[in-house]
Amino acid sequence: MARIGVFICHCGHNIASTIAVEEVVKFARTLPEVVVADHNLYSCSEEGLGAIRNSIKQHKLDRVVVAACTPRTHEPLFRKICEEAGINKYLFEFVNIREHCSWIHAKEPGPATEKAKRLVAMGVSKAALLETQEEKESSVIPTAIVIGGGLAGLTAAASLVAQGIETHLIEKEKKLGGQLCGIGVLAPGFEDTTKLVESLINDLKGSKKAHIHLNSKTKVVHGFVGNFEVTIDERGKELKIPAGAIVVATGAREFQPKGEYGFGDLPGVMTQLELESMLTKGRCPHRTVFVQCVGSRQPGREYCSRICCNTTLKNSIRILDMDPGATVSVIHRDIMSYGTAWEELYRKASERGVRFLRYGLANPAKVTKKDGSLLVNIYDETLTEEIDLETDAVVLATPMVSREDSGDLSKLLKVPRDKHGFFLEAHVKLRPVEFATDGVFICGSARWPSSAKEVMCQAMAAAAKAAIPIKRGKVVIEAITAWSDPDKCAACGNCVAACPYEAVEILEQDGKLVAKVNEAQCKGCGTCVAACPNDAMQQRGFTTRQLGAMIDSLVKHALEAEQ
Amino acid sequence: MTEFRPTILAFCCNWCSYAGADLAGVSRLQMPPNIHIVRVMCSASVKPEYALKALSQGIDGVLVLGCHIGDCHYMTGNHRTAKRFPIVQKLLNDVGLDGRRLKLDWVSAAEGEKFQKVVTEFVEEVKRLGPNPLKEVKF
Repeated sequence: MARIGVFICHCGHNIASTIAVEEVVKFARTLPEVVVADHNLYSCSEEGLGAIRNSIKQHKLDRVVVAACTPRTHEPLFRKICEEAGINKYLFEFVNIREHCSWIHAKEPGPATEKAKRLVAMGVSKAALLETQEEKESSVIPTAIVIGGGLAGLTAAASLVAQGIETHLIEKEKKLGGQLCGIGVLAPGFEDTTKLVESLINDLKGSKKAHIHLNSKTKVVHGFVGNFEVTIDERGKELKIPAGAIVVATGAREFQPKGEYGFGDLPGVMTQLELESMLTKGRCPHRTVFVQCVGSRQPGREYCSRICCNTTLKNSIRILDMDPGATVSVIHRDIMSYGTAWEELYRKASERGVRFLRYGLANPAKVTKKDGSLLVNIYDETLTEEIDLETDAVVLATPMVSREDSGDLSKLLKVPRDKHGFFLEAHVKLRPVEFATDGVFICGSARWPSSAKEVMCQAMAAAAKAAIPIKRGKVVIEAITAWSDPDKCAACGNCVAACPYEAVEILEQDGKLVAKVNEAQCKGCGTCVAACPNDAMQQRGFTTRQLGAMIDSLVKHALEAEQ
Repeated sequence: MTEFRPTILAFCCNWCSYAGADLAGVSRLQMPPNIHIVRVMCSASVKPEYALKALSQGIDGVLVLGCHIGDCHYMTGNHRTAKRFPIVQKLLNDVGLDGRRLKLDWVSAAEGEKFQKVVTEFVEEVKRLGPNPLKEVKF
C-alpha cells in the first residue's frame, strides 16, 4: 500500500474563488491509499512548501499529489521539495485545477468543484502506481561542432574557443563570413563588416582549439547529447568528428524576386544585396526608389522579415553620405524600424530628405522603362492619388528566406522547422536558442531573420548553452524514457520503426531477440509504446497501467455520480 | 429529466495542446466543465486501447489533441497519431458505436482560443449524440 499525501492549493483566489477547496480536501481523504489531505493558501510559497515537507516526514508519505496550477511551470519546484523530504522526485504527481479547471469554469463553481474532485482522483490513482526512477548520467565529449561559418557561426565558434572548448567550424563555401562579406557596413552604428569578419576569423585562427573545415558538408549525424558523431564531407574526403554539443548557425538567404517589378528584365532593378555590393565598390545611384515588402507579408509568405526596413534606412543614409545631392524614396506598407537605435535612424533619414510613400498590397507599384531611366508608378495611400517617380535604381527589399538545404539538416539532426523552413527552438521564452533535442542549439537567421547584433547575441547565448554539458562533463537524462519487457516482447520491430530517434534496437538477450531502448538516445515521446502490440513497451511515468488507472478512476467517479 | 452532462476524457501532448489548454486557462477562456485532461508527452504515445477502454466503460467521448503536423516536438510523432485515430474511428463505427465519440485535432501552444473552440464544439457534439449506450452494459 502506498502512503499518499494530497495537497490542494487555493492559489489565493485563483482556485478558491471557484472551487470549494475544503470540499475537495474532504473528498481526497476518502480516496484509497490517501493518508493525508490538506490545503494551502499558496502551495508554492515558502510556507506551503514547508507544510508539504513537514507532512511528508510526519505521515511517512511515499507519494505526493499537488493539485494546483500547471506542471509546465511548477513541477520542478514540487519535485525538489519531495527530494528534500527524502522521497524520489518521480513519486510526485501534479493535478492541474487552475488553468484546466477554476479559470475556465469560473461561472460554474458547482460543476468545477466536482470536476476538480475527479481530476484529483485521477491523479491519486496514477500516483499510487508511480515508481522510483533513477536518472541516468552519461559522459560528454569535450568538443563542440558549429555548422555554418557566417556571422552566427563565427561568433559562436569564437565564444566556444574563448571558453577553452575544442571547436570544429563547418562551412560549405570556400570562405568564411557568409552573407556579411558583401554587405559593407552594419547599421545603426555603420561598422565595417569586413573588419568584423576578419577579427572573428583571426580569433579562431589564433587558437589551437579551433578547427575550420571549408568546402565541407554535414553528411551523417549519430548519437545524442554528449556523444554525437558527425560525419562531414570535406573536399570529397570523409571525416568523422565526435562532439558533445552541436550549434546550428546556417543562416538564411535573400529571397530572389521572380520577375516582380521588372527584376531580371529591366536594368537598374536590383535587390538590397546587389545594391550593397555596388555601394561597397564605391558606386551609387543618383536617384533611388526602395520598394519594401517584396515577396513578404502577402499570401504564401505572411511573415515580416524584420530586417529589410532597417536595411533600407541604412542604405538610404549611405547613399546620401556618398552623394549628398541624391534623391531617395521609399515606398512601403509600414516602416518597421523597431527599437530605439532604428527609430533614430528613421528620423535621421526623414530629416535628410528621404521620402516615405505608402502603398497598399492591392496596388503594387508598376516599374517601366523611360528614356534610359526607370519610371515607378504608385498609388499613394496618403495622398490617395497616383504618383510617378523617375529613378535610376529600383531596389527591392525582399525578405530573408530559409536555405534550400535546411530541410536536409533538419532531418540529419532530427530538429523541427516551421512552415517557412526556419528552425524551431524548444520554447521561445522558456528555452530560447535550444532545440527540443538536447545538446543541439540554434542561433542566427536560420532561426528567424535577425539583425547582425541579434545574430551575435544569439550566437553567444547558444555557445554559452552548448558549453554547459561540456563543462559539466556529464548529462542527466530525465527518467521518462521507454523500456521494453523482454518477457512480453516478440521482437516484431514496430517500436524500432516508430522511434523518431533511432533509440530502439532489436538485440539478442538470453538467446532471444528483444527490443532494447538506448536510454541516452530516448527522448521520452512514448511513440513506441503506442506502436507495441504486446504491451511490452512502457514509458516511465506514463505506463499503460498508470494511464489505465486514471481512466478507471474517471469512469468510477464520473459514472457513479450520474447514478 | 436532468440535463445530460457528458464525461469526456482528453489526451493532450505536453508540448503543444497541454500548453494550449494552459493558455486558454491563463486567458480565462470559458468552456464547459466536462473535459478531463490526461497529460502525455506526445499524442503518438496514446494507445488506441485507451480510447477503447474509456468508451467501452461508458465515457461519452474521447478527445486526442496533438501539435500541428510539422510542429511535433518529436518531429514526426503526430504523423502516427494522424494515421492511427481515423482507423480507430472506423472501428468504432463498425462495432456500432459512433466514431464521432472520438475526436482528433491539433492545438498549438499558442492556440488557447482554438482549444476553447475544439472543447466546446466536441462537448456539443457529444451532447447531440447522447449518453454512451455502453454505460448501461454491465460486462
